[in-house]
Amino acid sequence: MAALRGRALLAPLAPLGARLWAGPRAPLRSAASAPPLYDVVVSGGGMVGSAMAAVLGHDIHFHDKKIALLEAGPRKDYDHLPDSYSNRVSSISPGSATLLSSCGAWDHVCSLRLKPFRRMQVWDACSEAMIVFEKDDLDDMGYVVENDVIMSALTKQLDAVADRVEVFYRSKAVGYTWPLPSHSCDTSPWVQVELADGRRLQTKLLIGADGHNSVVRKEAEIQNIEHQYDQSAVVATLHLAEATDNNVAWQRFLPTGPIALLPLSDTASSLVWSTSHHHALELLAMDEESFVDSINSAFWSNINHSDFIDTAGAVFRSAISLLKPSGTAVRQLPPSVAKVDPESRAMFPLGMGHATEYVQPRVALIGDAAHRVHPLAGQGVNLGFGDIACLAHHLSAAAFNGSDLGSLKHLLKFETERQRHNVSLIAATDVLKRLYSTTLAPLVLLRTWGLQATNALPPVKEQIMAFASK
Amino acid sequence: MKSNLFTVKRPFSTSQSSVDSKEVKKFQLLAHKWWDEEGEYAALHSMNDIRVPFIRDTLLSMSSNYHLGNPLSGIKILDVGCGGGLLSEPLGRLGASVTGIDPVEDNIRTADRHKSFDPVLAKRIQYKSSSLEEIVEESMETFDVIVASEVVEHVADLEMFIKCCSQVLKPDGSLFITTINKTQLSYVLGIVVAEKIMGIVPEGTHEWEKFVPPEELERLLESNGFSVTTVNGMLYNPLSGSWSWMESTSLNYAVHAVKAGAQAHTTDTLPETDSQQRSATAGTAGTAPDGPV
Repeated sequence: MAALRGRALLAPLAPLGARLWAGPRAPLRSAASAPPLYDVVVSGGGMVGSAMAAVLGHDIHFHDKKIALLEAGPRKDYDHLPDSYSNRVSSISPGSATLLSSCGAWDHVCSLRLKPFRRMQVWDACSEAMIVFEKDDLDDMGYVVENDVIMSALTKQLDAVADRVEVFYRSKAVGYTWPLPSHSCDTSPWVQVELADGRRLQTKLLIGADGHNSVVRKEAEIQNIEHQYDQSAVVATLHLAEATDNNVAWQRFLPTGPIALLPLSDTASSLVWSTSHHHALELLAMDEESFVDSINSAFWSNINHSDFIDTAGAVFRSAISLLKPSGTAVRQLPPSVAKVDPESRAMFPLGMGHATEYVQPRVALIGDAAHRVHPLAGQGVNLGFGDIACLAHHLSAAAFNGSDLGSLKHLLKFETERQRHNVSLIAATDVLKRLYSTTLAPLVLLRTWGLQATNALPPVKEQIMAFASK
Repeated sequence: MKSNLFTVKRPFSTSQSSVDSKEVKKFQLLAHKWWDEEGEYAALHSMNDIRVPFIRDTLLSMSSNYHLGNPLSGIKILDVGCGGGLLSEPLGRLGASVTGIDPVEDNIRTADRHKSFDPVLAKRIQYKSSSLEEIVEESMETFDVIVASEVVEHVADLEMFIKCCSQVLKPDGSLFITTINKTQLSYVLGIVVAEKIMGIVPEGTHEWEKFVPPEELERLLESNGFSVTTVNGMLYNPLSGSWSWMESTSLNYAVHAVKAGAQAHTTDTLPETDSQQRSATAGTAGTAPDGPV
């Protein structure tokens, strides 16, 4: 789930401030008056930025490095977890869990609150087609974790390395000055960061983790290919009619957008319903009973089925069962929802975006600053954590080699590796979103057969799972 | 690096000055180019990817204590022919205290300026415009480690150079040398291709006659009280712009030698040096002192 809300880092004055400041570019201040120099400054203290700082802070080769984390919001301490679940949750892949373990945060997550799931069922509102992802062994497919829980765990781990990682809360960067491209040794080679309160920092490497409206990206003049979907996501915390094992993540593609139910506990689940802006507003405005009815009928109704597609799907399915008599996974029925947590309903617009470059000399973009995806694949924050694992790996090697951390040489390795992974996932997600936004018979037939065929081919499914669980 | 011009200054002779004015001019013209990673010295920048790990892992394997984040902490290194400080800075970042010397004053100015922006390096590194023999007297048995990377091929009197190294090195101290072999292949690739055709290094950087065969370097080292522990071949791939280790020393190669300690037997038990190197170095590890590849 897209995790980094576009924090209010969008300071209208920022470009102006940067330009003005770039003007004099004082050649070399005396050491005493020079702003403090950090090895790495991470801009944006959401889940991705905090995890980046925590992972670097726990890296043995960063033992003597200075890291700063800039966060526009206040420090949040979660001494007592509230009884009610937060409506902002993330589906965490095993790969992301490994990353969070590497900085010690996963233990805190486990001791706070999380819900593993073992199975994922995705099906179509316009046909009987469905696909089931399941782990054969007892491994978990993923975990549903409240964003607040992840933040709390990361804050604890940042405190543990406070000697290396300095967190600036309520700090907004309003201007960045990039070093001159020329290699003359007369001007400062570092990135200069100016904060809203007038303080200044210098850094060898600036990591932009400041969300899909990234100021770092704009100031670095990195192009972003972006598109606003005609959809908003409605989130809410739901209570089930009866207690179940509740270890399945459910998603149904409606013509208006996918609706997903993620398990939180035996009796509670989290809703992510992507739908038209208009419908989203209606869902938010209606009374609780009608809201619950809407959800149940979205999962159960066959109103979008047509006889033609049903017949075609049934023929194809029987053809598959001839070829593969062992059969495919059984269809399960989603639990029915009884109640919505008061005050838990919220909505936010959806879009996709991808930065044409992730790096420049002394700059790297991670998380939503580099790529924004539709929540339908549950990959948003996992892509961000994947970026961190890759970037931290290259930075750690660079530190152990005594290299300049901001050098483009290892930053480019990060960019190549991550773009290869991210672009394919973003493109696939975008295609799925479009393919399932229609009721046109030929396309419905195509996706019905495609989904049925994929479901019958374990190697393909394993590939998809392996890719998505990184 | 490329700029070290040592002949040995005889006490009473100015005509035997260590610095060849023609060579000085050659490097002066390029002194401001040192820190362009894509520029004239790109190959030296990328050589750091193998020579820094070579130095680091060799030294780590010889020492028992490891400082997290600062593996070379407490080690005094002399970087002879430091140029713009391309190798001094990474060694300084790893915690070593580095003295860089170079006879070309503009190089030292560039190096000084460049490290001054980093307060940590400013403390750990000091540069001096000087030739090696000029500091011998004041630096007897001062350094734990000497690095002379891409330097000895510019030296007029190699034996004198090695004697000076021995003098400023502490007993059991390490000497790291990287240089280029004197083979037909090195003439074709090192001068014709690298300088004249592809422009990987500035034209006129090298004189083939000054190139040093590893056998000769080893002989000189052994006869001056060093024990050679490692000789590794190095290969530059101009397409990827990266260096890798190879078995053959017919082109570039790296040497690690240890100055004999107070008791000569200590040199016999030197550890195999590059067991921690990546697989690329496998097969060349621990070349026997008297068995040039």
